[in-house]
Amino acid sequence: MHMADALISPAVGGTMWAATAGLIAWCAKKVKELHDDRLVPMMGVLGAFIFTAQMINFTIPATGSSGHLGGGLLLAVLLGPHAAFLVMASILTVQALFFADGGLLALGCNIFNLGFFPAFVAYPLIYRVLVKNPQNRLRLWSGSILSAVIGLQLGAFAVVLETMASGISDLSFGTFVLLMQPIHLAIGVVEGLATAAVVSFVVYARPEAVHSTERPVMTRRALTGLILTAVLLGGVASWFASGKLDGLEWSLEKTTGREELAAPEEGIHSNLAQLQEKTAFLPDYTFKVGETEPDLPEEHEAAWPAVDAGTSLSGLLGGLITLAAAAGIGYSLRTRHKNE
Amino acid sequence: MSTPVLEIKNLGFCYPDGTEALHNISCRFEYGEAVGLIGGNGAGKSTLLQHLNGCLTPSEGTVLFGGIPISREMLAEVRRAVGVVFQDPDDQLFMSTVFDDVAFGPLNLGLPSDEVTARVHCALERVGMRHLCDRPPYKLSGGEKRAVSIATILAVSPDIIVLDEPSSNLDPRGRRRLIDLLRGFGQTRIIATHDLELVVEVCQRAIVLDGGRIVAEGPVVEILNNEELMLAHGLERPHILRHQHPHH
Amino acid sequence: MKAARYIEVGQMDELGRLDTPLHRLDARVKMAVVALFVVTVMSFPRYEISGLMPLFLFPFVLMSSGNIPSGAILKKVALALPFALFVGLFNPLLDHSPVLTLGSWTVSGGWLSLTSILLRFTLTVSAALILLACTGIYRLCAGLEQIGVPALFATQLLFLYRYLFVIGDEALRMIRSVRMRSAGSKKLSLRTYSTLTGHLLLRSIDRAQRIYRSMVSRGFAGQIRVLYRTRPGWRDAVFLIGWSAFFILVRFWNPAAALGGWLTGEHP
Repeated sequence: MHMADALISPAVGGTMWAATAGLIAWCAKKVKELHDDRLVPMMGVLGAFIFTAQMINFTIPATGSSGHLGGGLLLAVLLGPHAAFLVMASILTVQALFFADGGLLALGCNIFNLGFFPAFVAYPLIYRVLVKNPQNRLRLWSGSILSAVIGLQLGAFAVVLETMASGISDLSFGTFVLLMQPIHLAIGVVEGLATAAVVSFVVYARPEAVHSTERPVMTRRALTGLILTAVLLGGVASWFASGKLDGLEWSLEKTTGREELAAPEEGIHSNLAQLQEKTAFLPDYTFKVGETEPDLPEEHEAAWPAVDAGTSLSGLLGGLITLAAAAGIGYSLRTRHKNE
Repeated sequence: MSTPVLEIKNLGFCYPDGTEALHNISCRFEYGEAVGLIGGNGAGKSTLLQHLNGCLTPSEGTVLFGGIPISREMLAEVRRAVGVVFQDPDDQLFMSTVFDDVAFGPLNLGLPSDEVTARVHCALERVGMRHLCDRPPYKLSGGEKRAVSIATILAVSPDIIVLDEPSSNLDPRGRRRLIDLLRGFGQTRIIATHDLELVVEVCQRAIVLDGGRIVAEGPVVEILNNEELMLAHGLERPHILRHQHPHH
Repeated sequence: MKAARYIEVGQMDELGRLDTPLHRLDARVKMAVVALFVVTVMSFPRYEISGLMPLFLFPFVLMSSGNIPSGAILKKVALALPFALFVGLFNPLLDHSPVLTLGSWTVSGGWLSLTSILLRFTLTVSAALILLACTGIYRLCAGLEQIGVPALFATQLLFLYRYLFVIGDEALRMIRSVRMRSAGSKKLSLRTYSTLTGHLLLRSIDRAQRIYRSMVSRGFAGQIRVLYRTRPGWRDAVFLIGWSAFFILVRFWNPAAALGGWLTGEHP
């Protein structure tokens, strides 16, 4: 579920970065207020643990394929939500810097998608409610699986929204959702299994390691804010989704039609304009279909001047030469550097 | 008699689950002496060491530093004066560079940056690891890590150096360096170890622990030569004494 | 277990601790320039290809002046491409608007946007890797703290990094011993996984407690202090202003297209 830089617009990336930065600052404050110095080494070592555990695969019962731990939910179970969010954020940061796992623009989205939902939604609202006593095996396993599934479904949905809002991928909302959600259902079950497997062992060997607090995770205000955000997101989603209910084929056709009109414009404004056009077309399906067919030859011409120099032949030629020049300059610097 | 730098009176300690780890421990440490704390596994050596700098609070009895019972207000000073080098160097070296690890203590004392830097260089020089200043800990060998761990303590000028199994996981060269280093210190040294040969080479006194109690105490050669005593408490007479090669 | 990841981390760390003029630049300045670079790359319109080309100068120059082997960086990017872009791969299927004719061939918009996505990914991800390779995690975290990232988070990054190899080693040993006892089978059942990972977790928790004990024994009272500080100099200013100007310039003027146009006589 790692998002990649290339599919996010600066606006979406920037917004998510602002949200993530705010969350990091808030969580850091909350953790400091606990006045528990032991957390400093604990968070660090558990971060290293999760990083390592992510690379240990197990065979999923009844399927034979392998799965591994993501860690967000387990961290929340061990450390509580605020510390867990920080640890998850640190793991993803290290992965973005050391591996080509997605990039820095997407990091803000990734931390939010993979950190916020397990720690602040799945854990307090589902896990804690269902798994009051981890010694109860049925509750532990079912609670873990349900929390993990919901946490990942929300995260996957967030990926869809972020990608749609960026406008770089051509996938329509409907197709993307149908792609993402089922896959992440499976991943969620695996995560739940892995989390329960580890928690069940720890609870047996050392029950006091599992985080417990009688205090509510969020204040009433924060909870209200969360519910309002969920409603807002739901509204946005249904706006996207309105009219997508008739399935894949129809959404593919829609997509093709949209692209040609969008070509001359760039940026966020074009996306909003596209949305408006989509919703405007919605009441009259036949009108839309009728328009594309006879218009084909004109569209063909309309496409040409609409595309900028970057994609014409001369542009491509110039592009190749420029690339070679850039590489050459880089190489010559290296040679000179070596000779010094 | 001069005030011992560290004294333990009737110390007892129970774990939260009720297991008794230490019972009626009484001993004293004078300035400048080197004492070996020996005993089998589970005898209580590590638990006792943790009482010396206030990491653990006794269930009974007291620990006195410079004649004064250790209290919460004194803890910061006690921890500066009683430097503990724990068994696993990876637990001791938790910062990203050697410099930062050795600087940790002085920085926590609130010393100004120039002085911190000076102390770091001095401590590393003393243990012969000055050249490793900017190295990250995971790149060090076992012996280097051990030496740097000792430097982390030296940087705050302790009066007592406590070491828990310092020669474990060291190759012969590393071990020899350690022994030379420990012999050269002027501070009080309390060394909990299985390495009886090291005790003979470095320490003047030995305390034998078994089952959380002190079963013997006295000059090193006398105690360690007592084969019966050694065998009775899960130890044995070290070879260095069998073949009469005293290094003192 | 993917032990290869640890080797990669080790290699990147080695690169980060080299000593070149580039490495000595202030981490904050490098972060700002890379951020501007990423934003510039991503701000291009979706079919842009030639406009992106001049931006390749940035990673090439940095790799040279920082003695960073380009092979290492490009290999990582190449390996990550298919996974990262499974979504982008749909573009050619969905976008059939013809935008280019080369003789009798018609290239649809979908292919162009996919190419653009691939180029952008290469540029931005290389920039992130190069940032680390020419700064090192230590200087980077110090820089982060200086720009206002909560100290707790910067410390967390360093601690995580510090214990990666330690925990990784322990895990490797545990897995090896399990493998030796399971007659060559490479797969862990859920039950074995539970025990193995559970044990690893408990060992990690124990280690954290021992580390805390060490920290407290050396006077730790909640805040970790690090002496490392940088003061930006004229070199940092030149780096910042020079690259920023370059990015802004090529964002709004396409030298590649101009060059191509001059060569072929076409004028877009």
